Amino acid sequence: MLLIDCPFCGPRAEIEFRCGGESHIQRPGPHTHVSDAEWADYLYYRENPKGEHRERWFHSTGCRRWFNAARDTVTHQFRVTYKMGEACPEAGESAVSETAPSAVAGGIV
Amino acid sequence: MTRRYSALSLLREGLNGQRGWEPAWRDPTPKAHYDAIVIGGGGHGLATAYYLAKNHGLTNVALIERGWIGGGNTGRNTTIIRSNYFFPESAAFYEFSVQLYEKLTDELNYNIMFSQRGMWTLAHDRHGLEMARRSANAMLLNGIDAEFHDGPSVYANIPGLNPNPRFPILGGVNQPRGGSARHDAVAWGYARAASALGVDIIQNCEVQGFIIEGGQVRGVETSHGTIRSDRIGMAVAGHSSVLAAKAGLRLPISSYALQAFVSEPVKPCLDTVILSPATGTYLSQSDKGELVLGAGLDLYLSYAQRGNLPWMERAAAGVLELFPQFSRMRFLRQWAGIVDVVHDSTPIIGPTSVGGLYINGGWGTGGFKAVPAGGWCLAHVMATGQSHPLASAFGLERFESGAMIDEASASGIAH
Repeated sequence: MLLIDCPFCGPRAEIEFRCGGESHIQRPGPHTHVSDAEWADYLYYRENPKGEHRERWFHSTGCRRWFNAARDTVTHQFRVTYKMGEACPEAGESAVSETAPSAVAGGIV
Repeated sequence: MTRRYSALSLLREGLNGQRGWEPAWRDPTPKAHYDAIVIGGGGHGLATAYYLAKNHGLTNVALIERGWIGGGNTGRNTTIIRSNYFFPESAAFYEFSVQLYEKLTDELNYNIMFSQRGMWTLAHDRHGLEMARRSANAMLLNGIDAEFHDGPSVYANIPGLNPNPRFPILGGVNQPRGGSARHDAVAWGYARAASALGVDIIQNCEVQGFIIEGGQVRGVETSHGTIRSDRIGMAVAGHSSVLAAKAGLRLPISSYALQAFVSEPVKPCLDTVILSPATGTYLSQSDKGELVLGAGLDLYLSYAQRGNLPWMERAAAGVLELFPQFSRMRFLRQWAGIVDVVHDSTPIIGPTSVGGLYINGGWGTGGFKAVPAGGWCLAHVMATGQSHPLASAFGLERFESGAMIDEASASGIAH
């Protein structure tokens, strides 16, 4: 079971969350200038790294708010969770949320 | 010296103290150049190597595997074989695969233990029932065996089902020719047959990079040195993105963990394969007596080869809803494989933007049943440069053209 650190509610069990896939995706535009290949890339091609992945999570049975996370796809360790609209802290920086217990509170319990 | 397996060879070796058996496949040192290289020693890669040799006469072929053959998803799946699909393209492809499976034991001279015990999809509400009728009709229109059964008929055909479930069983679809095979035997049988035709099966050999000149692939850098070939096929489901990135390619694939379990072995009590979408369950009984259960995908990216606990609990609850009498059985093993999921739940077989580099992947949760046809079609496109008619709709270009084959919506498959 993963322990996921919601930036609004604090650490909660995995079953309260839904993963929404890759974050920080920009819709290409204006649409009259977007090729089929660019649309395909936007719609269907995703980063699928074996390592750290930036992704969106939804606290579906908690505060029902979306947030971002940087998580390792091999260890499932969350390096950091941060609010929508904020930039992802690079490794070594402190967590975005002052109220979050720890930048690396998320993990496997 | 015993190379061909038969009742007579068993008897002879029995009397001979089992001293005459040979290794099932050779363990060669890689050559500097091959006519074709297949990356990935799972079912699809081994089948590709075999059909390259058998169907296309290409015997100067190397199969490169990072670990050991059959040690990836081929050894981690729940061994179900079926062709209960909706769209004509998928139905024709998977049906061809079932037909190849039916002849595989004889063809490979290796008992893959294909048991056509039937594959049931149960319906627990009005919508499930409508889906079941639609599914049965689609299968029959595609020329595939399908039977629609109402609730009493399901109970008559599957002894032991819970007579008073919380979610009533209103009906179901059976594909009588569906079933299960021994997954390791499929890998070993293909490996043995390919090796006998001259294919070099190279294990413990990791591909570290591709040699690409002017947009054309010329070989691979491996932990065993440089191996050159102008024709390379990759069949590394689960790690397709990781390997493709080494060739500078991006793929429309997301990797997730799919977990499965087996119970302790018990006497024969379930003689078919059951899928119940509403309760999130599928299960069968192995020839050893273990109940084989599958769970759903962990829906966050994962290369961990380890499933999560909530899905394990849900799968167990689903089984107990159908068979309360299994409640005191214990899980013996739990594992997960990494599946590569594409947006329309249809595989990718065909060329890439790098000349001479071909891909077989995107199988999602159902690659095992496709092993013979996937290998057949990848071998075809590698040998001829043209997509096989059965796989012509499965190219990467569909993500740009929009010609998707959305089987997740159409046949209700799990990914």
